[in-house]
Amino acid sequence: MHIIESGNVAAAIGVKLSRAQVIAAYPITPQTPLTEKLSEFVESGELEAEYIPVESEHSAMAVCIAASSAGARAFTATSANGLLYMVEQLNWAVGARLPVVMCVANRGIGAPWTVWNDQQDTISQRDVGWIQIYANDHQQIIDSVIKAFKLAQTVSVPVMVCYDGYLLSHTYMPFEQPEQKKVDAFLPAFAPKHFLDPENPGNFNTVTLPDIRPDVDGNMAPGYIEIRHNLQEDLRAALDTYVTIDNEFEKEFGRGGNPFIEEYRCDDAEFVAVCIGSLSYQLRDVVDIMRDDKVKIGVMGVQMYRPFPDQAIVGALAGKKCVIVFEKALSYGNQGALYADIKSALYSSEKKPRVHNYILGLGGREIKTQHLLDALAQSCTSPDTFGDSPRWIGLKL
Amino acid sequence: MVKRKYCDMISRSKPGPGDGGNTGSWRVMRPIINLEACIPVKTKKNSCFNCWLYCPDCVVSKTIPPTINFEYCKGCGICAEECPVGAISMVTEATPVTEEK
Repeated sequence: MHIIESGNVAAAIGVKLSRAQVIAAYPITPQTPLTEKLSEFVESGELEAEYIPVESEHSAMAVCIAASSAGARAFTATSANGLLYMVEQLNWAVGARLPVVMCVANRGIGAPWTVWNDQQDTISQRDVGWIQIYANDHQQIIDSVIKAFKLAQTVSVPVMVCYDGYLLSHTYMPFEQPEQKKVDAFLPAFAPKHFLDPENPGNFNTVTLPDIRPDVDGNMAPGYIEIRHNLQEDLRAALDTYVTIDNEFEKEFGRGGNPFIEEYRCDDAEFVAVCIGSLSYQLRDVVDIMRDDKVKIGVMGVQMYRPFPDQAIVGALAGKKCVIVFEKALSYGNQGALYADIKSALYSSEKKPRVHNYILGLGGREIKTQHLLDALAQSCTSPDTFGDSPRWIGLKL
Repeated sequence: MVKRKYCDMISRSKPGPGDGGNTGSWRVMRPIINLEACIPVKTKKNSCFNCWLYCPDCVVSKTIPPTINFEYCKGCGICAEECPVGAISMVTEATPVTEEK
């Protein structure tokens, strides 16, 4: 069934269809309508879950950690400073290998205070070990939430589903709402092998020593570095797992096939614009205009940022003349994080394209089609004149 | 993908001595039980055992008389604090032990 709703409601329906059992959240713009919708679902009995209002985002994630440790499917959502307030618990959730799923409606970080969209909040959390999926429209939001629950419980790693605040969270779009019966078949109930069990008492995530040591039963227990190494291995392996899950989803629902990157008019392109999130759809209009002027250009949206799908990205970009990375986030004091990651991935390929970096849209600054046209025209006509520092779009200094 | 066992994903411990490593090496003060005052020894009944109950490292045995596993006893002194008849005293490790049975 197709419905017209906001991105936040698309996410909430995805959570409902996934039968989340515990939801804990603290309101923050622009995420709030998502968890408000979920509280309505719980209140009306449409969703059989515990809705736990908390006094902070730190507590929201703590509740999800506890619920997930007890074997329940847990969900929360946040934005910007709320995400940063739960950072200590984000690290705990992934170190404890709990399949929590969280939506983040991307918003700029204060100070200075802003409620508008950019992606500094989630991009700044790329190194904590959570899987990060970015949606470009409402259909991808609802589909990604359902896939995220399956991915999280398959690889025992928490997953963030991110989408642009306002641009997606508050706009209305038609999308297909999957049937509950099909979602149930796709996403079996969460049945952890390891959870808090009074019949089998134990402590989880206890202090580790620098070296391995025998446990009570005389088996060697891993130390900190082994546990962290295994997380890294499992995250890299999660790339293949997500392909499998995406294939299963496509078989059931008829949508999918682009789990990592989404290319538009890239086949014969010499130039490729790259970005994360809804901007990649805005760039399609720009690419169409430039194609009319015989510029061989395409656009590629990156949909999974962690684990980094380097092979897919190198496969798409190696041999191109120039790659232009647009970012609504910045690793302050250096460059855009995606730009640096893409350059690093391309370093070992034989046909290295030029790579340019533009920073734009921070704190919700409007991104105009003409700005994008001008920037891309410059990159396409003089690709060799760019340095390694990012250029800024739409600045009014 | 080979499913990794949970015991290799996270740290965990089960109730029992020694799950925090060789904690006996931390000990500065050693608990000594005066068996003449110890309730289960005096009454010859399975009673009291506060030392066994409160020990955070599970190193006190629930036996008559109670014994202490010094490989893991870190000398925290909780047993001495909790003993209702003051039968457990803490002595420095520098003191030669002669009376302990």
